[in-house]
Amino acid sequence: MKEKVLDVSNLDQDALKSLDKHIDSLKGSNEKETLIPVLYKAQELFGYLPHNLQRHIAMKMDLPSAHVNGVVTFYSFFSEHPTGTYTVSVCMGTACYVKGAKDVLERVKKLTGASEESMSDDGLFSIKDVRCIGACGLAPVMTINDEVYGKLKPDDVDDIIARYKEDNQ
Amino acid sequence: MKIDSRKALKFYKDKINANNQYTLTLYVCAGTSCVSSKSVEIADRLKAEIDKKGLSVEMNVVKTGCFGFCGQGPIIEIEPDKVTYVQVTVDDVEDIVKTHLMNREIVERLTYDMTDEGDYEMAFYKKQKRIALRHCGAIDPESLEDAIAHGGYEALAYALYDLTPDEVIGIIKDSGLRGRGGGGFPTGLKWQFTKAVEDEEKYVICNADEGDPGAFMDRSICEGDPHAIIEAMAINGYATGAKNGLIYIRAEYTLATKRLLKALKDARDAGFLGNNVFGTDFSFDIELKAGAGAFVCGEETALIHSMEGLRGEPTVKPPFPSESGFRGKPSNVNNVETYANIPIILVKGAEWFNKIGTEKSKGTKVFALAGNVRNIGLVEVPMGTTFREIIYDIGGGIPDDIPFKGVQIGGPSGGVITEEYLDTPIDYDSLKEVGAMMGSGGMIIMDEKTDMVEIAKFYLDFTQDESCGKCTPCRIGTKRLHEMLEKLTNMEGSPEDLELLEELALNVQNTSLCGLGQSAPNPVLSTLRFFRNEYEAYANREKPHGYRVIEEECIGCTKCKRVCPVDAISGEVKKPHSIDQSICIECGACIEACPKGAIVYE
Repeated sequence: MKEKVLDVSNLDQDALKSLDKHIDSLKGSNEKETLIPVLYKAQELFGYLPHNLQRHIAMKMDLPSAHVNGVVTFYSFFSEHPTGTYTVSVCMGTACYVKGAKDVLERVKKLTGASEESMSDDGLFSIKDVRCIGACGLAPVMTINDEVYGKLKPDDVDDIIARYKEDNQ
Repeated sequence: MKIDSRKALKFYKDKINANNQYTLTLYVCAGTSCVSSKSVEIADRLKAEIDKKGLSVEMNVVKTGCFGFCGQGPIIEIEPDKVTYVQVTVDDVEDIVKTHLMNREIVERLTYDMTDEGDYEMAFYKKQKRIALRHCGAIDPESLEDAIAHGGYEALAYALYDLTPDEVIGIIKDSGLRGRGGGGFPTGLKWQFTKAVEDEEKYVICNADEGDPGAFMDRSICEGDPHAIIEAMAINGYATGAKNGLIYIRAEYTLATKRLLKALKDARDAGFLGNNVFGTDFSFDIELKAGAGAFVCGEETALIHSMEGLRGEPTVKPPFPSESGFRGKPSNVNNVETYANIPIILVKGAEWFNKIGTEKSKGTKVFALAGNVRNIGLVEVPMGTTFREIIYDIGGGIPDDIPFKGVQIGGPSGGVITEEYLDTPIDYDSLKEVGAMMGSGGMIIMDEKTDMVEIAKFYLDFTQDESCGKCTPCRIGTKRLHEMLEKLTNMEGSPEDLELLEELALNVQNTSLCGLGQSAPNPVLSTLRFFRNEYEAYANREKPHGYRVIEEECIGCTKCKRVCPVDAISGEVKKPHSIDQSICIECGACIEACPKGAIVYE
C-alpha cells in the first residue's frame, strides 16, 4: 500500500527534480515555515497538487502528510485537480455581484461545460470564482488566464468563449 | 548609492528636484484597474510620441499608482494644467499629443465634467482629503528617486536622529490614529504594548491580506506608494525595538507584490533597510510573505499562523500578538492603510492629524466606492463625512436616477445603512451604533432594485465558504444561516423561520472564536432590521418586489403584453392588464413600452 501511494512515476520527472532542488535550497532554520512557498512552486511546476505529489512533499520536508493536505485544502489558491488550458475566473466580489456577475458565471458554465469542481471535457477550460480582483470600476469582470474582460453582459461571454474555442481548432 | 545621513538625503533630494524641470508632466494611472484597460500601452505610446516630436526635454510621462477614479479609467492627468482625461484609449494618444501637448488646447471630448460647469478639477476630488493616498497618482511607485523627491524617508530620518522610541510612540498616540483594518484599535497603544515586552527578537508585521470582496485600498497603496509602507514599518521597528519586518500579502496581488519587491530592493541598496539604517546603529529589514487565499487570514493570529506555514486558523486572545506572536515572539500587526498614515504624522505632527476628523476618530478613511453609483473608485475623506456626501457629492449619485435603497459598509462583516441614516457622520463609533462597522472600508451602493435577502445570502455564502472550521458556531452556524436564507429565497420558508434565523444569527455573533464568526451575522441582522418586510414576503412565499400595473392608469393598449418576452402579462384590449409574478423575469421591457407610465417597480 505504502509503495502505491508514494508512486510518483506518473509525474513529470524533470519537474520533480527541480521541485526537490527547490525544497533542498530552503533547508535551514525555520524550514517548516516554507511549506506554503514550496506548494506555490509545486503548483507552478505541475499545474495542480495531486495526492501523491503532496505525500512526496511531506516526505521531503519531514512533515505529516495530513498536515500538508490540511494546508493544501485550507487555501483557495491551491488546487488538487488538474486545470484546463484556460482558467476562466469570474469575479464574485460584491461590486461585481450587484452588477450581475452571477449571470456571467452561469453563462460561462453553460458555454464551456466546466464547473468550479471540474474542467471541461475537452480540457480547454476550468472555472474559478474569485473574490474581488480589485478592478471594481470594470464590474462585472472576468479574466481568462491573464487577459481581463470588463463591463460584461452575459451575451458578451458568447463571443469571448467562442474566440478561445476557435483558437484551438 | 548609500544614503547614510540626513544631509545625504537632503542633498540627494535637491539633486533630483533640480533635474525634474519639466513644463508638463503627464501622469498615467498604472493601477490594476487601469492596467486592465491597457494604460501601460497608452503611457508607452505617449512617451514614444513625445520623443518623436522632440518634446522630451520639457515633457515627462510618469506611470503612477491608482488615482482612485477607477470607474472612468484609464486616467491621465496633466499637470500643472490640472486637466484629467478619462476613458482614454491608445487611439486617443495622437489627439492628446497634437491638441494638448503641441497646441496647448484641452481635448474636450476626453474630459469628465460632472457639473457641466466647465470645472475640470473634478468634483470627485473636491471633498476628498488624500492623506493615506497622498502619493497614489502623484509619483512613480517603481522609482525610489521619485519617492525621495516627494519627501520619502524624511520621517524615518527624523525618528532616528531626533526622537527616542518613546517619543515616536507618544506622537502616534497623540495623533489619535486608530487601526484602519477594521477593528479601530489605537495604533500608538498597540506599539506601546509591543515595546513593553522585553525580548531580543521582535517582529513588525504589515497586514496586506485584504480579503473583503469589494475593498482594494490596501492594494492601491502597495501599488502606488510602496516606499511609504517600508518607511512606516522601519519607524515601527525603531519604536518597538524590532529588527525584523514582514509583509503578508494576498497571492492575487501580483502587481503590488512586484512593486513592493522592487521597492524593498531599492530601499536596501540606498541604506534605508539592512544594517545601520541611515548610518545609525539601528538595523532593520523586511521580508515578503505571500498568502494563499483565505479571508480569515486578515485576523492577526490567523495571519501569523499562515506565515508560519500552517493552516491560517485563529487562536484565542490573550495572549495578544504583542506578547506572543510570530514564532512565539512579540509582534506588532498593523494594516497597510494604517502604516501609510505614519510617515506624514511624524513629519506634520500629531496636532495636525488630530484636528482632522471627529472627536474619537481622527484623520481620514479610504473607502472603496462601488455598486450602483456613477463614480466608482477609491475615495479618501475626513472621518465624520456623511454617507450622503460620499454617495452624491463624490459618487455622483445613482445612475439613471433610480432611487437609493441602501449602502453596505464594512463588507461581509458590516451592515446595511438606509436612507434615514444617510446624514450620519461616518466614524468608528457612529457606525457601530447603527449596527454596521467600518471594516476595511468597502462601500457598496444599492438601488431600489436590489433584493436585500439575496444580498444577505451573498455575504453568508462568502463567510460560510471562508469560515476556517475551527470553532463550531462559525463552521456550522454560518452554513445553517446560509441554508435558511436559501430556503426563504427558494420560496420554501415560513414565518417561523425568521425567528429562528434571528436567534441563530445572535448565537453565532455571541459565541464565535474570532472576528470572522462574530461579525458574519451582521449582514443578516442589519437587513432583518431595516428590510424585515422583504424577509416576510419571502417567508409568505411571495416575491418581495416586482413590476406591477397601476390599474387606474392602464389604458389597455397591449403594448406591454406584446413586448413581454415570457408572456407574463395578460389582459384584454382597453382593459387594465396584469403581470403574473411567478412568470415575470424582471427584464423591465414593459416599463419602457408603457406610454402612460402605468407600470411601476416596487
